[in-house]
Amino acid sequence: MQRKSVLMAAVVALAVAGMATAVSAQSRDYIQIVGSSTVYPFTTVVAEQFGKTTKFKTPKVESTGSGGGLKLFCAGVGVEHPDMTNSSRRIKKSEVELCGKNGVKEVVEMKVGYDGIAVANSKKSKSLSLTPRDLFLALAKDVPANADGSERKPNPNKTWKDVNPKLPALKIEVLGPPPTSGTRDAFVELVMDAGCGTFAAIKSMKKKAKRAACRTMREDGAFVEAGENDNLIVQKLDANPDAFGIFGFSFLDQNFDKLHGASINGVKPEFETIADGSYPVSRPLYIYIKKAHLDVIAGMREFLAEYTSEKAWGDEGYLTDKGLIPMPEKERQMFSSDVKNLKNLAL
Amino acid sequence: MAASGKSTIERVRATLARRNRAERRFKNFGRAAVLLGLLFLVLVFVNIILTGYSAFWQTFVKLPVHFDARVIDPRGGADPETLGSADYGALVKASVRSLFPDVSGRRHRRELGKLVSRGTVFQLRRMVLEDPSLVGSSTEVWVPVDDDYDMLHKGNVDRTLPETDRRLSDRQIAWFDRLADDGRVESRFNITFFTAGDSREPELAGIRGAAMGSFFTLAVTLLLSFPLGVATSVYLEEFAPRNRLTALIEVNINNLAAVPSIVFGLLGLAVFINLFGLPRSAPLVGGLVLTLMTLPTIIIAGRAALTSVPPSIREAALGVGASKLQMIVHHVLPLAMPGMLTGTIIGMARALGETAPLLMIGMVAFVVDVPQSVTDAATALPVQIFLWLDSPERAFVERASAAIMVLLAFLVAMNALAVVLRRRFERRW
Repeated sequence: MQRKSVLMAAVVALAVAGMATAVSAQSRDYIQIVGSSTVYPFTTVVAEQFGKTTKFKTPKVESTGSGGGLKLFCAGVGVEHPDMTNSSRRIKKSEVELCGKNGVKEVVEMKVGYDGIAVANSKKSKSLSLTPRDLFLALAKDVPANADGSERKPNPNKTWKDVNPKLPALKIEVLGPPPTSGTRDAFVELVMDAGCGTFAAIKSMKKKAKRAACRTMREDGAFVEAGENDNLIVQKLDANPDAFGIFGFSFLDQNFDKLHGASINGVKPEFETIADGSYPVSRPLYIYIKKAHLDVIAGMREFLAEYTSEKAWGDEGYLTDKGLIPMPEKERQMFSSDVKNLKNLAL
Repeated sequence: MAASGKSTIERVRATLARRNRAERRFKNFGRAAVLLGLLFLVLVFVNIILTGYSAFWQTFVKLPVHFDARVIDPRGGADPETLGSADYGALVKASVRSLFPDVSGRRHRRELGKLVSRGTVFQLRRMVLEDPSLVGSSTEVWVPVDDDYDMLHKGNVDRTLPETDRRLSDRQIAWFDRLADDGRVESRFNITFFTAGDSREPELAGIRGAAMGSFFTLAVTLLLSFPLGVATSVYLEEFAPRNRLTALIEVNINNLAAVPSIVFGLLGLAVFINLFGLPRSAPLVGGLVLTLMTLPTIIIAGRAALTSVPPSIREAALGVGASKLQMIVHHVLPLAMPGMLTGTIIGMARALGETAPLLMIGMVAFVVDVPQSVTDAATALPVQIFLWLDSPERAFVERASAAIMVLLAFLVAMNALAVVLRRRFERRW
């Protein structure tokens, strides 16, 4: 019995000791990055390259979503807080204020490149040519009841033909990301807003009412929130040739044998069309850097130098192999020098 | 009786056939239910194994490498610093080009460069650093091919599709076929899968980091939850008075066992990370959170095991003069131990497959370096599966299935251990 209690005491002591060392081990020897799941595939590639070619440890990259990442990022200065955050949208004013309130006064903004959002379906059925207006009429909860949109009714459209007589009589069934996703934010902003802006009365509405009119998706089963996992959407599209999916271009890029993207305003989602801006649904990707950590965490400057090097984010860099759409050369030079000179973010 | 015209035996016989039928029907329903369950299990296993088994093999290509001294050691002297930072990418490019001297033009050469894995550069660098005498020599090196070619070799790319629908062009496929005809392509057992940490290149990615993360997390969980769980169940069952307070505690423990695991993650974030300042993404915090989750399971199983020890044992021990504590530690606890261990192992198996609570404490992360201690950044096996299934590269799908197979193997082993323990040591009265 005595032996047992000694054993027990030893176990407890070990656990307590473990905790104590953890608490005292408060200096961090690796870079900590959080944020968007869309930027994650790119930042992780740079992190891996950086860890394998330098004497520094591989940065740890968490996929928390843009909003969650900025919240963690703005929580304060100190090694327990992340050094950088990925974001698939620009930082909001409220988030800058939150940062400032918690002592994160100096933040550097770095644009990484662009990401396209594709509306795609299975190769087993025909590809469509859509406009933002078609997509708005197909996916909004309420649609205009008259020509200028001053009166509205619940969306009665069942097939794509109801939306636009030129389209086939195919049942409307679209799988898309949930509201927590940055892809959804970008889609409603770039497609739904543009689509409902084609109705004069909605266009002249007040900001709040307009948002509600444009951005509320229908809930009668024609638009299905399919979760954050884009691979799952790809599989579902393969199994159901009538359905369309909304997801990031890199997933279309990896699945060109199974899927084809609908052209929007007559432009197909392709690497070149997104890069030159002719494909209308693309968004910039960002990384935000905490200036106060630059001299505390080893390797941050070198990591940023790797990220901004031509062999990473250049026209033929390894990030483009992973599906990143690079910025034009001028923009790359601008952000590269901004990062080097640690230019403060100004909204 | 006689008045109804039937004897008892006649009445029994009259309904016998019907009652037998009812019994047969019930048995058949039972068999059908079991069969259906097994069928789904087989479906799941077959599906996972069929998609995943190929991940245990990786396609390699034999590359003639000339360790050009002008490139890697221009000043001579084999200084490790110079050797470490040399441009091995140039060596790889030159090697691949030497296989296809007739390929010209920038675009074609760029396409050609994608033949071998991006890890080749690090492989050559490691070779030279380990053996600087290689500088200036030429040798054949087996290197992993890029994941797109790996998929092609494994037959996951449909060659009949039009060129624009494939990730590999006709030209790239022709190059690869020529290499295969020359005997330069080989499928080998994928050792990397078991020795490497995570990577964004499927051919370089392994489960070692995640497995070590799971190991450290479970070690913390076991060290904390087993002694705590056993002590709690012994106290509650043997010493605690029966009153309102203990009844309340009992109800709460049973409730905790049913709380969704993400709630424990939120608790862990608020208490261990924000309040105690423990590091994010560390197996230590993961283990603490999973301890909270498994404790109720262990306590409930432990109490059930203690109650199943017959009173005669206790009375006999007390009768020969043992104190209450001696009675428990010498007699009741050893007899209850198999049941407690079974509960613990089942609780641990559940903890091994858990992802939701780990999400909140930052263990859903890209971690390349294999963790060495409980405070290093780490992920866990189920998290690794989730992250791979979320990646766009198709080669990750088979790797994720392979990781699922490894996880299932661990789970089956743990549950089998629980069964064996029960069979070997359980006593029935």
